[in-house]
Amino acid sequence: MILSNIETIPGKAIIKHLGLVNGSTVRAKHAGRDIMASFKNIFGGELKGYTELLHESREEAIKRMVEQAESIGANAVVNVRFSTSSIAAGAAELFAYGTAVVLEAGNEF
Amino acid sequence: MSFDVIIFLVLLGLGFVFGQIAEKRHYKSIIAREKALHNVLCSSEKHIPDLGNVEGMLVRGSVVISIDYFKRFVAGLRNFFGGRVGAYESLLDRARREAVLRMKAEAHAQGASSVWNVRLETSSIYKNQKQSVGSVEVFAYGTAIKICR
Repeated sequence: MILSNIETIPGKAIIKHLGLVNGSTVRAKHAGRDIMASFKNIFGGELKGYTELLHESREEAIKRMVEQAESIGANAVVNVRFSTSSIAAGAAELFAYGTAVVLEAGNEF
Repeated sequence: MSFDVIIFLVLLGLGFVFGQIAEKRHYKSIIAREKALHNVLCSSEKHIPDLGNVEGMLVRGSVVISIDYFKRFVAGLRNFFGGRVGAYESLLDRARREAVLRMKAEAHAQGASSVWNVRLETSSIYKNQKQSVGSVEVFAYGTAIKICR
């Protein structure tokens, strides 16, 4: 599965558009990380726990989007966009969406 | 002097000292890595020039970074008087550069020579009791182009 955030996949030809696919996940931070984060809020610096958490969540959203694309027979997703929204005090929704496409078979590497 | 005031002053002092150290160290590392990765071209342009036989892939980088106690206090004062909030400016600058660097590092690891259509997304993910922004998340993503020979 090839992803890109432009309208095409560079070096390949799109033969069919299959429409919008999306994946989302809602995650909450856990207490242990929260305690570490409150220390960091005094000293400043990167909150590694949060970076990891959001990274994992975003990968999960991408995974779900890819699964959906695979289930409708696509082999690439173009124009991928991400959006983040905080719904409650401690939870965030991570959302990925894009257009599922079929690439020309002869052009595969 | 009440106990609360002492705690507040200690936190302010700790925030000032460690915050300065952390920021200086971070800037040093950002500048060093920016030099190391300067050959990975970044562009927010959507239309990729014809580079021949290429391969594209999505690359991303993200970072969550927090402001220190002292700067948050200064920013709070600034809210009262109005004007430029330098404390948050440097926080966002560091976060954006770090996110772009991580994205570039991923592109470099995949053997790509340039990243196109770079998009940056900023969100504040953590709010303390007083509803002031404690930390920001910056997420950078783009399409990396690898030239195949």
